[in-house]
Amino acid sequence: MNYISPVLWQFLQHWMSNFPLFPPEASKIAPQMDALFFFMVLVSLVGLTIVILLVLSFSILYNKTRHPHATQIEGSTLLEATWTIIPLGLFLIMFVWGALLYFRIYTPPANAMNIYVVGKQWMWKAEHPGGQHEINELHVPEGVPVQLTLISQDVFHSFSIPAFRVKREAIPGRYTSVWFEATRPGTYHLFCTQYCGTNHSQMIGHVVVMTPDDYKKWLAGSTSGNSLAQNGERLFASLSCNACHNNTPDARGPNLANVYGSYITLSSGERVRVDDAFLRAAILDPSENVKQGFVPIMPTYQGQISEEGVISLVEYIKHLDSNYRIQQTLNTTQLLPSSEGQPAPAGNAAASGEVKQ
Amino acid sequence: MSTATIVSLPDQSTARVPKMNFLTRENGLLSWLLTGDHKRIATLYLISITFFFFIGGALAGLIRLELLTPQSDLLAMDTYNKVFTMHGIIMIFFFLVPSVPATLGNFLIPMMVGAKDLALPKINLLSWYLYMIAGVMAIYTMIAGGVDTGWTFTTPLSTHYLNTHVISTGLAIFVAGFSSIFTGLNFIVTIHKMRCPGMTWFRLPLFVWSNYAASILMVLGTPVLAITLVLIVLERTVGIGVFDPAKGGDPLLFQHLFWFYSHPAVYIMILPGMGVISEVISTFSRKRVFGYTAVAFSSVAIAVFGFFVWAHHMFIMGISNYAALVFSLLTMLVAVPSAIKIFNWAFTLYKGSITFETPMLYAFGFMGLFTIGGMTGVFLGATGTDIHLTETYFIVAHFHFVMVGGMLMAFLSGIHFWWPKWTGRMYPEKISQFAAVTTFIGFNLTFFPQFILGMLGMPRRYASYPPEFQVLNVFSTAGATVLGVGYLLPILYLTWSIKYGAVAGDNPWQATGLEWMTQSPPLTENFPQIPVMDHEAYDYEWLERQQQQEVASV
Repeated sequence: MNYISPVLWQFLQHWMSNFPLFPPEASKIAPQMDALFFFMVLVSLVGLTIVILLVLSFSILYNKTRHPHATQIEGSTLLEATWTIIPLGLFLIMFVWGALLYFRIYTPPANAMNIYVVGKQWMWKAEHPGGQHEINELHVPEGVPVQLTLISQDVFHSFSIPAFRVKREAIPGRYTSVWFEATRPGTYHLFCTQYCGTNHSQMIGHVVVMTPDDYKKWLAGSTSGNSLAQNGERLFASLSCNACHNNTPDARGPNLANVYGSYITLSSGERVRVDDAFLRAAILDPSENVKQGFVPIMPTYQGQISEEGVISLVEYIKHLDSNYRIQQTLNTTQLLPSSEGQPAPAGNAAASGEVKQ
Repeated sequence: MSTATIVSLPDQSTARVPKMNFLTRENGLLSWLLTGDHKRIATLYLISITFFFFIGGALAGLIRLELLTPQSDLLAMDTYNKVFTMHGIIMIFFFLVPSVPATLGNFLIPMMVGAKDLALPKINLLSWYLYMIAGVMAIYTMIAGGVDTGWTFTTPLSTHYLNTHVISTGLAIFVAGFSSIFTGLNFIVTIHKMRCPGMTWFRLPLFVWSNYAASILMVLGTPVLAITLVLIVLERTVGIGVFDPAKGGDPLLFQHLFWFYSHPAVYIMILPGMGVISEVISTFSRKRVFGYTAVAFSSVAIAVFGFFVWAHHMFIMGISNYAALVFSLLTMLVAVPSAIKIFNWAFTLYKGSITFETPMLYAFGFMGLFTIGGMTGVFLGATGTDIHLTETYFIVAHFHFVMVGGMLMAFLSGIHFWWPKWTGRMYPEKISQFAAVTTFIGFNLTFFPQFILGMLGMPRRYASYPPEFQVLNVFSTAGATVLGVGYLLPILYLTWSIKYGAVAGDNPWQATGLEWMTQSPPLTENFPQIPVMDHEAYDYEWLERQQQQEVASV
């Protein structure tokens, strides 16, 4: 080759020796999953070697030239039992090992910081609690458990970070979650792995893992000015949620302060824990989620708020620990002459941008 | 490689293909289009599925060419999406599902059980017509502009977000489904009711057992697919909202319904192939299949367990963690019968008298590739590793190892094995051995790099990809070229052999099945008189005694 064209040779040499065979391990779970992966590779190799050896050695020992007459053998219960029980045992080990990892990956720890991710054709939009928005990028700190709460605005998408060995489907109409703890600063691939239409292969981006200090700087430098909860508060007022959910003596809706994480009883008698998914369902499909003792008068907001808007509202209610500001806002809007008897107009651009027109 | 062979052909200077056989019985197009003969219908099926295989193969070629470079340059992204969708739909519903059952199964099952025909010959013909109607609809879809849902039709993408020909494709698969239900029904009735005197269940060739298991899956599973596709069509036309979250429907429900068929469907595809392998390995090692009952019941076990593993396609989709646990456990259980089969085949060789004709080479290829395909299935069945590997090229590689490395190898093995019975003439041995080896090498070069790509995280169904994945993709495309040659060769030399192949005689392989006890090609009625089964399956000593008697009586 060197003979024919040194340039071509150099090119080939560079090209052929510069491709990865194994993804980076950049999260806490990655080495654990790789351990199971290599165990499986080992078992497969041993199994494959046994099959190849059996076929090869029998082919050599008992080919027609060497062994012209076959000896008829019925079978062997002992052998059948052997190759039933040993594979079964190995598969069960893999099952248990795999299940342990699965539960670990899909059970976020209580102290994880939460980032919302909305998938839509064809981009990933990440919403940080501090109000930072990113498209097709995700900045996360190293060494801190990060929980992603995922939802899709249209079709199924799937949020995959190979270097972290985690992946979760973003489903329309329901929150899913996954968590990871990044261990190595760097930039890693972010893919949509569920086929989602024309630009499926363009729905890719980067996950940037930063040291905690860099991350703080990044947070400070990329805030849009309002946190998610602040946006949520504006929406709460502009959608007139505060007209009912204000904890005044004649309030028509339940008190929302400190409701997150508590257990409430619905009018159907069902007892539910108030989590992100429940809050979302209560906003978009209120008639199915009426708290006991209340009249189902809340209108549905299905189709009226974008997923980002819902996320802001959820984040707002999550952190709501008193009704003081709600009542203050109400008092203030009532003082405005123009707001007599009609819902408050969308307060500012940031909030109205999240209401579907 | 040893030159010893078991092939025993009649003296070529005097031998003639019998004048009277099912191919020559009647002439003219109508005699084929209105036939009730299972062998003629099998021939019609063989021609049609080969046609669809080459369409699907050409589409696969386009996919591999596009993936030669990281950018989406050869095909526009929409076109790429249509190409992989049509590749999947055609290969699965128009090739793999009917491949062995509708061709070899149709041709062989009546002969193997010693019957004149299938129990319901007209239903059998109807099934071919349904297949053709479905095929025409699928081709219409392709010409009219294609469909880009992926072969999995995931909602709400397929119902609300695409305006390609989803309805005509859905209906095509709906119709094709009935074709496979009728084939399955026919096999079940035939195997239950039409066995010749002396043919007990445990004297049936294992090919019949595995087709029986696959038939049960076809009859019980396919209606669910039909219902699901009708719901998709209704969702698109009327908007009934079963899968639409905005109307209170559940998009995940679609996946449950779809995989309730489509997981058993992979067993519909592979089980008949396993039957072929049992026949071939036994014949070319001159031995009864090791652990006949274990192999027979493992087919049934696969059919039963196969119905209870569907949600392993949905581990990352927000099903409850505990549901994932149950489905993962059941998936591990369904892996065991496949392992049992592999080891039984390997031990069938033990103390045999082995020769290496083409069908045997394909069968060896099957064993190696299916072992890899099966083991990598366990990677995906374990919940933890599935999270990382699912929806990547790992799953593409796994699926192709099982379906192409497994099923297609088995299909080619079977086609070569029964070719002399079907046409009365031998295929050319040397070039076909070369084709078998080429296929094996090309296959590994194509699909093995995809396991690594999958581990690296390259998602499937990507028209463009990050440049660091290119080298492995180039290997894969190069392999596909070799594989293409491996698949073109048989078409050429098999066609050649119809006219110029050596005359095969009744039983060129010295095999024991009833199908070999009649002339090649068989009479329309299969046997001059209904045979009586007076020996066990794969009883080579009986065959030898039989032949000695014949010699003695002459």
